[in-house]
Parts: sequence; C-alpha cells; structure tokens
Amino acid sequence: MSRPDSVAVLGVGMHPWGALGKSFVEYGLVAARAALADAGIGWRDVQLVVGGETIRNGYPGFVAGSALSQALGWQGAPVASCYAACATGAQALSTARAHILAGLADVVLVVGADTTPKGFFAPVGGDRPDDPDWLRFRLLGATNPAYFGLYARRRMAIRGTTEADFAAVKVKNARAGSLNPYARFRAEVDAETVLNSPMVSDPLRLLQICATSDGAAAVVLASEEYARRKQRDAVRIRAISAITPEYPRTVPDFPYLASDSAAISPPASRTFRESLAWSAYESCGLGPEDMDLAEVYDLTTAMELDWYEEIGLCAAGEAEKLLHDGATALGGRVPVNASGGLSSFGEAIPAQAIAQLCELTWQLRGDAGTRQVAGARAGVAVNQGLFGHGAAMVVAHA
Amino acid sequence: MTDGIPAAPGTDAWFHDGPDGFVLLAGRCTACGALSFPPRPIPGCPNPDCDGLEQHPHALSTTGSLWSYTDARYVPPPPYPRPPDTEFSPYALAAVELDAERMIVLGQVAPGVAVSELTVGMPMRLVPGVLVSSAGVEERVWNWRPGA
Repeated sequence: MSRPDSVAVLGVGMHPWGALGKSFVEYGLVAARAALADAGIGWRDVQLVVGGETIRNGYPGFVAGSALSQALGWQGAPVASCYAACATGAQALSTARAHILAGLADVVLVVGADTTPKGFFAPVGGDRPDDPDWLRFRLLGATNPAYFGLYARRRMAIRGTTEADFAAVKVKNARAGSLNPYARFRAEVDAETVLNSPMVSDPLRLLQICATSDGAAAVVLASEEYARRKQRDAVRIRAISAITPEYPRTVPDFPYLASDSAAISPPASRTFRESLAWSAYESCGLGPEDMDLAEVYDLTTAMELDWYEEIGLCAAGEAEKLLHDGATALGGRVPVNASGGLSSFGEAIPAQAIAQLCELTWQLRGDAGTRQVAGARAGVAVNQGLFGHGAAMVVAHA
Repeated sequence: MTDGIPAAPGTDAWFHDGPDGFVLLAGRCTACGALSFPPRPIPGCPNPDCDGLEQHPHALSTTGSLWSYTDARYVPPPPYPRPPDTEFSPYALAAVELDAERMIVLGQVAPGVAVSELTVGMPMRLVPGVLVSSAGVEERVWNWRPGA
C-alpha cells in the first residue's frame, strides 16, 4: 500500500569495515556502486547525491557528497553534504527522504564513508577554548570511553547490572558479527575473554567499547512510484526522526561538562534518547510491539542495554532479563544488532546509520543469509552523537 | 588563596577563589534565573521560552552527591596536557549532582583518590585543583573529592 509518508529503499551496498588505510572516497565509491547495482539503476539515473561528512579527512571530507560525485564522474546531479556527529548518516537519509517526499527528486543516492585514525577520537586540531569538545579533552581528559564509563557505572548503581551482564552483550553481538561478511571483527568471543580484556575507563573494558574503523555504506532511496516501476518497492522507510534534545537535558551527555539545570524548568517526560525512537514510532503509527528486530548504537555493551528500555523493547530495569532470556539474540523474539552492531564493525561515523539501514533492508527482504531474522517485517534503528544529535528510523514492509 | 595560579585556558570566570572558599560560577539568566555551567560564552539564555540576553555570575553549591564516576587508564589524546618528563598518571572522573541546582557537573577527582574509593550517591565536595600544561606550567581547575 502506498503511503504519503514513505519512501522506498531501492538498493543498498557496503564496503567491508576494517583498518585498511585507504581513502574514504574509495570506500564510498565501492559502496555506492554496490547500492546502484542492487537497485538495478545506473549512476546517471541518480537525481540527487547526499554525502555524510567526515571531519578527519580534510576538505574532501567536508564536501563528501561532492567528493563522491566526482569519484563516480560528474553527471550534473544536485548535491548535499551534512554532518551530525554519529547521527550523520541518518541525517543524510532524512535529507534524501525530504527531497523525495517533497517531489523534488525521484531517486537519491546516500553515501557515508570514513577513514579513521586508530585509538581515541580526538578533537580536530588547534587551540579552541570556545569549543566544548576541545575543553572536555583539555581540562578533564574526558575521552568518549570516559563518558561511556560514567553511563555504565550509573546503570550498575541504579539497575544492579554486573560486568558479566555487559560481557553477555559482547558475546551475543560477536556471534552475530561472525555471520556478517561486512563486519570487521568476525571471531566469536567468550565472556571470560571480555572480562579479562584491559580496563579502559572503569567499569568498561576494551572489548566492551566499540573500536574506530574505516568503512562505507550507501543506499538508493526512491519515490513510491519510481520504485513500483522498478519492481523494487518491498522495503519502505516509514519514519526518520532526526531531532534535538528538549531543555533541560538531565544527563551530562558528551561533549558537555555539565547537564542543564532542572531547578527552574522541569525536565520533559522523556529523555532525549527515549524521544528518538518514540518520535519515529508516533509519526508512522507503529510501535515497539510491531518491531521484529532492532539495530541500536552499541558504542558500549552497557549502552545497548540502555537502548532496550529507551526504544521500548522492555520496561525500565528489565533489559538484563530481556538479554538473558535470549530475546535479543539471533533466534529470539526481537533480535538486536543482528548485523553484529558497532561491537563487530567499529565505528565509521558517517557510514554507521546508513549501515543500520542496509542491515534492516537485507533482513526485511530475506537476504541476510545465516543471520536472517525469520519473517521480519519491521525494524527500528537508533543512534546518538555528540552535540545534541540523534536519530531513529522505522523501516517496514510495504 | 589563589596561589597566583592562573586559570586553565578557556576557564576565565568559571570559578572564584576568595575568603569564603573556592566556588564554581554558573551564568544565571537575569530574566528567568536559568543556570548554565560553564557560563555561556555567548549572550542569550538556554531556556527556549526565555529571550533574556544577560547572564550574571552565580556561585554554585560546593557539595553534591556522586551521580556516577569512571577513570582513565590510558593517556588521552591532545589537547590533554602532557607535561615534560612526567609519567602519565591515571585519574578518576566524577559527575556530581548538585541538589539545589538540579544539575550534574563533571570534574576530575582530586589526585590520589581511586575509583575503588567511590560509590554512587556518596557526598562529594568541590576543591581547587591543579593541571600541569604541556609546557610544565601549573593551571587552576576544579576537582571533586569525597566528603560533605
């Protein structure tokens, strides 16, 4: 059935994740060509290119849409590039969707690709004391894993979560990732190995924190009518919420040095992270009970458990039970990170949300091979980034 | 009381060390009273329903409860200082919730306090801290320390 708010996923493609040392443009080119081939269209059919920016690859990274267009050969299509930290890919998809729904384009290519340095992410260079991202490193030495450690410890204190619970998330995701040819880490891992890996930021150990990776993902989105003509209209994006927090933020989310004050203004009924999925659900009329699988931004194992509750897969405080019941593993009621998640991929910032859409598309088409979620008809993906960014997507069968 | 130690880069007017002790200074909107820490470097209020433009310094509570904590076992990348001829020393980080302000403020935990000595919910108090720059110069920052 055609709906006024949906766009079709015509094709998807990825470049395998890794630490490969090549140009992000090359990864993006491979992913784009794969998505075009999967869509059954040519590069000259594309009417808009949206690139997810990367901030660690110089000028070409800031104009990623253009860098990719030139790599594929200038063909005159309009271009857009956008940056929203870890939600970059979702914002690129949202831009593409808006053009299609507005009738400004029928076929849009969305690409995210990155080449990342090894080790901790660091602020971009120079002395910038007016930049919260610079200040948190300069004054506190507060890396991303340090913020993750704060959230993980908070969960342990209020929910009674243990290190063994966190390790079980890694074991689950490594098993799924071992079945994904695009994942960087494809070895299964046991809990003992996780719990013996080096402590990075207490209580989080190396194998509970996602790595930084190179990689690329691309999708071709199309209007309902165009997709029907191509007979590629099985999978639809039903909602994308790329929203900002509501004041006052009650959590000290990175890169900030403090939360907002809730002394004058009471906080909203939902936290920012809760509002991401719920605003997507509400805009399309589907709910968590309709989801057959979820891709969540598991920057850490602890964060994956937080997401279970925040996207409504279970009530607050029940994430550990959901995990240990096997509900979120392959073969469970609602598999989470059937792709293997960031845990198995490592993060290639502008590509990651697009990779989530690739996985949901393969799953809903029944093309996910040995990690296939049987009978999947709807799924949700969610992510969060620095500076008040975050997004959720609901993808469903027509 | 200041020992002549200059404020760390970017922290001018973030704290005050006077006869009554060391305090963090938030910006307080003169129109609606909303607090911001650090004080906003631009005019305007963080409250979306307020069009106030002016902020006055407002001393925050110097005690609170530990919302969460963590530490850093590996050397963070620059711009975290690397003083010459010194070994990296791991440090703990605290997120402390101030009751009156209903605000959580991060900070390094005073040197010598390990995460094993911290518990979520325990009382914490603000103390002056020292960061040594990559040029070997002492800079004033704030620290959290267990205690009421």
